Amino acid sequence: MAGLDDLYREIILDHYRSPRNRGELAPPAHRTEGFNPLCGDEIVVYIDVDVDNGVLRDIKLTGHGCSISQSSSSLMSAAVKGKTLAQVRETIATFKQLMTVHESQLDAEGGSAPSVDADLRRLGELAALAGVVKFPVRIKCATLAWNTLAQALDETSA
Amino acid sequence: MTRFDARRVRADIPLLTREINGRPITYLDSGASSLTPRCVIEAIDRYYELHHANVHRGVYQTANEATAIYENARAATARFLNAPGGSDEIVFTKNATESFNLLAHSWGGSFLEPGDVVLVSEMEHHANIVPWFQLRERLGIEVRFIPVTDDFRLDLSDVEGLLRGVKLVSVTGMSNVLGTINPVKELAAIAHANGALIAVDGAQSVAHLPTDLVDLDVDFMIFSAHKMLGPTGLGILWARAELLAAMAPFLGGGGMIKDVSVEGFSPATGPSKFEAGTPPIAQTAGLGAALRYLEGLGMANIAAHEHDLTGDALTRLELEFGGRVRVIGPADTRERGGVISLDVDGVHPHDVAQVLDQFGVCVRPGHHCAKPLMKRFGLSATARASFGPYSLVRDTDVLLEALSHAVEMFG
Repeated sequence: MAGLDDLYREIILDHYRSPRNRGELAPPAHRTEGFNPLCGDEIVVYIDVDVDNGVLRDIKLTGHGCSISQSSSSLMSAAVKGKTLAQVRETIATFKQLMTVHESQLDAEGGSAPSVDADLRRLGELAALAGVVKFPVRIKCATLAWNTLAQALDETSA
Repeated sequence: MTRFDARRVRADIPLLTREINGRPITYLDSGASSLTPRCVIEAIDRYYELHHANVHRGVYQTANEATAIYENARAATARFLNAPGGSDEIVFTKNATESFNLLAHSWGGSFLEPGDVVLVSEMEHHANIVPWFQLRERLGIEVRFIPVTDDFRLDLSDVEGLLRGVKLVSVTGMSNVLGTINPVKELAAIAHANGALIAVDGAQSVAHLPTDLVDLDVDFMIFSAHKMLGPTGLGILWARAELLAAMAPFLGGGGMIKDVSVEGFSPATGPSKFEAGTPPIAQTAGLGAALRYLEGLGMANIAAHEHDLTGDALTRLELEFGGRVRVIGPADTRERGGVISLDVDGVHPHDVAQVLDQFGVCVRPGHHCAKPLMKRFGLSATARASFGPYSLVRDTDVLLEALSHAVEMFG
């Protein structure tokens, strides 16, 4: 049985209480809104992209929602800020994989999963969100910020 | 009459024997759906085991039995509500939402003209808002909102002004978020005095309070079986017989016609006009059993029991949490039902509900399909606990214990 400790890891509570990169960026920074119509959670992502060098120069987030959606957005901002766009895309893909693959592996064997372990190491602090997959209704909370960032990148054609 | 005993009701509910996360289930989500007594489950089983057949027009034995079950449930519903015109005024739908859509489409579509006003309130469920907005798009009517006061009541200070141009008042009998019980009888008198009709969303009120349609003197009453110990998949629209007779049909198909030819169709009379296709037959067997069960308990007893539980819970929430936990609903237990929406300082309702689940406590986080009301009070969601006839003070004990844990964890 999945316990609360699997979900509310200390890192998550820390990012919920003290969110990183909270705030807005003035234009010409790009602004994208993400909604979860089921629970009313809302996240606004501001990104400042250095197109010439292919770098996500700055990212800020505002919005409101549960501890999972808010800490996930904070953790995401810390993980992608200053990274190349290719690295950002890769981190988004890896995180979203973590939110899906893990579940099917739990169903299959429940044993150790080397590929996910490797991913977890690459994800650093983000790995704290791995427990969310044991609570399927909360996955959409964790992925809201990431989907919104992916949309923002698409909109800036970055 | 024997004294009402919630423990005896509990013994009739199989689901209450479950354990969740190693603890006995604490079910506090009756506002969303009530738990089902064994007699209701058995009535549905019996229907499928012995009487199952399609209703109406069958001449064989079981078809007659199925029809009798279906029509008896209609008569039982009319009796339960003290419907002035009897069972001809009861229309079965698939849920209360469909009943509202029927009302908007068939009554609104027949009688409203561009510029006419439908008066709802800020505390309505989306089911009593969106169909009117859809009608606004179709017909150009106006949808007007009765404001809600800071103490969670309808603001009727300018009721005459609000009623200008109004053809229909459509309000909830009891808010599914606030617990507020609205003065339906008074509103009906004011609406009628101003030439308007009145519809009531009884999804909560019919399930938790005595309802006497002759006394209330309203024109439409809408509710659903699964919130009053019955099965899912069955809604009810009660309307005065003369209104039903004048309304256009809703869905088209079998069962709702008097005649069909290659030239066209003429609709059936009575409730059938609004019941196209095979209706929810097994569900009406369940509703019939639920109504008998509720009548046995007595709706006034249920209301009194839930009123006591609510008073106790409100007092203890204030005592134990003070400003940390705010109740979004009247503090005064008069004209207030057993729905308690909580705003826990610094803890999102989803996180509250998640922690509570660990204690086996079932509450509902979210906007409760009442986003205009959420916006009115600057909230995106609440965590809502709601009582049923089987609820005990013990349920509140566990709720408070789990809430303390949530507050501590995120504090």
